[in-house]
Amino acid sequence: MRFRLQSNILSPQRDIKNSLPISQIHTIPQPLANPNFLFNPDIQLLLTGKQLILDDLPFTLEEIQKHYENGYVTYRKGIEYIRNRPACSRCGNKEENWFAQFPCSRCGELCLYCRKCLMMGRISACTPLIGWSGPQPVHTLPETILGWKGRLSDGQQTASNYVVEAVNNNNELLVWAVCGAGKTEVLFAAIESALASEKRICIATPRTDVVLELTPRLKAAFPRITVASLYGGSEERHLYAPLTIATTHQLLRFYQAFDTLILDEVDAFPYTVEESLQYAAVQARKPESAMIYLTATPNEKWQKECRTGKRAFTTIPARFHRHPLPVPRFTWCGNWQKHLKKDKLPANVFHWIKERLQTQKQSLVFFPHISLMEKALPILRQLAPDIEAVHAEDPDRKEKVQKMRNKEIPLLLTTTILERGVTFPNIDVAVIGAEDDIFTESALVQISGRAGRSKDYPNGVVTYFHYGKTEAMLRARKQITAMNKEGVRRGLIDT
Amino acid sequence: MKLFPNVYCLICHEIILNPIGWGSIFSEEKEQFLCKTCEMRFEIIEGETCQICGRMLRYLGENFRKGELCNDCIRWEEDDQWSGYLERNHSLFLYNDFLKEVLATYKFRGDYVLAKIFADYLKDCMRKIKTDLFVPIPLSEERLYERGFNQAEALIIESGFTPSRLLTRVHSEKQSKKSRMERIHILQVFQINPQVEIKGRDILLIDDIYTTGSTLRHAAKLLKDSGAERIQSLTLAR
Repeated sequence: MRFRLQSNILSPQRDIKNSLPISQIHTIPQPLANPNFLFNPDIQLLLTGKQLILDDLPFTLEEIQKHYENGYVTYRKGIEYIRNRPACSRCGNKEENWFAQFPCSRCGELCLYCRKCLMMGRISACTPLIGWSGPQPVHTLPETILGWKGRLSDGQQTASNYVVEAVNNNNELLVWAVCGAGKTEVLFAAIESALASEKRICIATPRTDVVLELTPRLKAAFPRITVASLYGGSEERHLYAPLTIATTHQLLRFYQAFDTLILDEVDAFPYTVEESLQYAAVQARKPESAMIYLTATPNEKWQKECRTGKRAFTTIPARFHRHPLPVPRFTWCGNWQKHLKKDKLPANVFHWIKERLQTQKQSLVFFPHISLMEKALPILRQLAPDIEAVHAEDPDRKEKVQKMRNKEIPLLLTTTILERGVTFPNIDVAVIGAEDDIFTESALVQISGRAGRSKDYPNGVVTYFHYGKTEAMLRARKQITAMNKEGVRRGLIDT
Repeated sequence: MKLFPNVYCLICHEIILNPIGWGSIFSEEKEQFLCKTCEMRFEIIEGETCQICGRMLRYLGENFRKGELCNDCIRWEEDDQWSGYLERNHSLFLYNDFLKEVLATYKFRGDYVLAKIFADYLKDCMRKIKTDLFVPIPLSEERLYERGFNQAEALIIESGFTPSRLLTRVHSEKQSKKSRMERIHILQVFQINPQVEIKGRDILLIDDIYTTGSTLRHAAKLLKDSGAERIQSLTLAR
């Protein structure tokens, strides 16, 4: 669309004369807030901390414009030209091949648009990003905020104190907590404290599964607080809430919204590879805000920053049940892919599996690639016909995981899709072909973290079958033993 | 400036790898928009087709065709109100799940640049069809503003031809939300632009998809009743 700039105020204009697409206007004037203006509270709730396009809004342009003229709504350029190079203000895209042009019927010009975040509604050079600059919605607080009555382990308590401190002082903090440490509970005290001071909090994670799992737990912990749960296709897209749980994708719609942003599983796909998601996380925070990162497996760079004192962090080196993490065993299994070609498995792999089927110990067996896994499935089904295999594109993925939980499957073959986020109480874990590049240090630590989760069965066997040890395998084992040592030293593990 | 900038597939965004041979060094390369994998997923309409609507007869059961026509077209032609208006429809691709997804991104998400994917195919086809005017199926003013561009017109422009905006459309509910019966029995949704002389002219209507054929027939009827000589149509999908 086109705007006319007159007496330091923008107004939408259909006429081509004396008007420009918003990205061609040098600076966007922002009128001062008129204290006597009666604003629409629905617009306030929808726009606070957001950056939306007109197509997202169930309000007329006239009403939005009126709020802008009275200083309650902001217009920003959807596409900003920095030294003549375009950048998408919503997703941060600056790569030429992710932009394209079209003859636009809204501005009547050849208009540049961003293809990177197209799925959230098209941002083009004539698109204004609409936000809120009026008063913030008032949070009404219940008498008791936190309804959770559980107790934290010593390790959790220490970390919880650090998180509270970081949230209160608007600092950054990494919580490096081993798989099964109970990191969600570690957040409760900090969330309570933030809510009490009328702060707005968001827990963001790259994975929809995690959003779906966290939502009921947080609703239960904070029974009288509105919780918005946001993911692709979620109904609560426009719900204003003091506590938001969202996929990192959904953060693209937020702008300077949160006083506290908690990023869960920062090392998980696609956050690590999508720069736009990292950009979104930065945009969604208020300039003065706290940022808490949660992960069991920080990448090498972060680990180094922790060691050299460049990154504030706290560890929870032990599980809540006070038993050490199972340490992976390395077992050489020769050229297992060659065996598979002959419809066989290496003898030691075969034995490992057979033993578990005989003693009825449920197990997860990881493969580096779908094709190899599907080659192994019929061989293993000769031992037990109800063995299943699962991968990312499997339409029955959820059902199979549920069957595994119900103990209807003795053994589940899987790709790295189940490396994190799933808990089966009493299982052993094997990795076939641990030397493959897909098994990074963090993937291997996560995989090992599937065993020994429950307090009734804290021990599980983790075996990496390999055709040559890799650096990643060694680092994974080192990380696990280092955590166990720290756990013992800090008295968090019973020996 | 890179001397050899990477070329990315417009659909999957992967780098397009070209086998380098003497041919590619000495001759001017055609601009590429698609990787081989994505290109292979389009199914070109070929072999025996219905002589009116251009649908492939190969996958049609014997009960659903008579000779060289499909039952749908026979039904249209038996109806005096509709008979003979649309002489022939040409379609390029089967409307498979892949094309469905690509067209949805193109039209509903407004990813204009995807029109380039089809330009070469359309250009070949448009050259072969004898016509005086290329007429895009129009959007209503409201819908045009919402989408930012007319997907049919974009196909003509990107193929290097000039669209003639002969038709305008009265705003109504989206076609894709209506049933076949509803679509056929709607009142005329198009109006004709009186400034262009169409008496005795051959016209090629352009749209993204032929579903029931009712949109194209409504347009054809109006044009022919206003004096046009022959009406054919060209769509990407059938």
